[in-house]
Amino acid sequence: MFVELLFYGCSTILLAAALGVITSRNPVYSALCLVLAFITSATLWLLIEAEFLAIVLVLVYVGAVMVLFLFVVMMLDINVKEVKQGFKRYAWLGWVVSLIVIGQMIAVFYAKDFGIDATSGPVRNAAGYSNTRELGEVLYTQYVYPFELAAVLLLVAIVAAIALTMRRRPRLKPQDVAKQVAVRRGDRVRLVKDVGGEGGEDPR
Amino acid sequence: MADLFTPWVSLPEYVRATVWILIVTVALILSVAFTTLWERKVLGWIQLRKGPNRVGSFFGLFPGIFQPFADVIKLLLKEVVVPSASSKGLYRIAPAITLISAFAAWAVMPLDPNLVIADIDAGLLYLLSLTSVGVYGVILAGWATNSKYAFLGAMRSAAQVVAYEIAMGFALVGVVMAAGTLNLGDIVRAQEGGMGNWFFTWLFPLFLVYVIAGVAETNRAPFDVAEGESEIVAGFHVEYSGIAFALFFLAEYANMILISALTAVFFLGGWLSPFDGVLVADHPLAASGFHWLFLKLFFFLTCFIWYRATFPRYRYDQIMRLGWKVLIPVTLVWILVEVLLVWFGVGPWRK
Repeated sequence: MFVELLFYGCSTILLAAALGVITSRNPVYSALCLVLAFITSATLWLLIEAEFLAIVLVLVYVGAVMVLFLFVVMMLDINVKEVKQGFKRYAWLGWVVSLIVIGQMIAVFYAKDFGIDATSGPVRNAAGYSNTRELGEVLYTQYVYPFELAAVLLLVAIVAAIALTMRRRPRLKPQDVAKQVAVRRGDRVRLVKDVGGEGGEDPR
Repeated sequence: MADLFTPWVSLPEYVRATVWILIVTVALILSVAFTTLWERKVLGWIQLRKGPNRVGSFFGLFPGIFQPFADVIKLLLKEVVVPSASSKGLYRIAPAITLISAFAAWAVMPLDPNLVIADIDAGLLYLLSLTSVGVYGVILAGWATNSKYAFLGAMRSAAQVVAYEIAMGFALVGVVMAAGTLNLGDIVRAQEGGMGNWFFTWLFPLFLVYVIAGVAETNRAPFDVAEGESEIVAGFHVEYSGIAFALFFLAEYANMILISALTAVFFLGGWLSPFDGVLVADHPLAASGFHWLFLKLFFFLTCFIWYRATFPRYRYDQIMRLGWKVLIPVTLVWILVEVLLVWFGVGPWRK
């Protein structure tokens, strides 16, 4: 009873949030609706006992990706009117895509060969079963090469993004801490002996 | 005691969990209240003043002991001003988000060998994801206020938290490698057998990185540019008043206590006694329990206050430099060292 309540409650919130992403006028609200959608779908994953995936979804997408997303969206001053101009021109494309998606979903739900009723639900594991351990064992043995490849790909993407956006400006004076630490008194201060006349006089 | 214990055990589990949640939450709120007093007292002593000593006393002892309650009543009675050009809903929800994430993290905290509200296997991941959700409160507060100062504070905070989360995560990777589990209770149990087995010995650089990143994550001095009062007035909570401000305040101190407790759990053996293995086995000082966790937590909490009284605030680019160019490389190098130690079976990893 409690589980059903959770499932239907979270699913309703998830659908409402997903609708909010595409309907809200303010891009910041869209991004926040997406965050809500992520969190509620994580709860749904928790219900099927995939706790590792659920927590990582929140950790990676909500905690890192969406924070940066929000960061950018808040900084940009998006003019909603300008964005809306192309709406009618591309509406037909949107219809085509959504029809294809709906068709695929119907195919999955109703086809006799690979429908919901053809596959049994996930098998429930014992209480001591650790999601994290199982995933780790598979990732680092059976799928170690694809896993490492994906990691390298991501690293290349990071390096490329930095290389593309980094500009060397010649007049910039960045702080070099090593140089600052290495400075000795002799480099900066010069003691001058015997300036001016008999004391008390301004040497300048 | 025994006749009290039997009806307690016979209660259904969700009732017992609810009772524990209430106990921990109330204890946490009280600790936050007295942490604010402790902070003002310690800052006073460091600066050769007395600190608050007017409100209440216990027969002449502890002058000022009721100062936190006076503060709370003052803040409760103040008017909450909502700026007219703000996004009202987000403006109201933002303090709640910071507070909820700060409190919910305590669900997986192992307080005692037998006491943890939710003993889950992916506890460490749960903690990390909650602390990263907490930053939304700060960002939303800054944006929803519709004020330049608040927005600047929010942007600074977002960039800072994202940067230091990486260093913190890598430091914890070292802990997970040493403990071989993500369950916080098991991480403490992996450090059993005297102080030499506590993780701060073999993972000392990671311990330092974790402490520094923890201070940065909680937006405390010297990393408090998100609310740097000399530049942006009070940062993300400029326009918050009354109890709305108090919620941010509560969340900040709850986070300080949380980070202190986590440092103790990850690196200093949580509830384990430092005399374990030194004194005879049945000596009362060698027994592990909540009091040891409390002492360690209290030490780090006092350190937080000590840093605030000692260090001048970092400049923003210096914070970024420290996070990306110092802390992250240090953690990466030490994880490699740890891999070698494990591989060759040195120290605690001897086979």
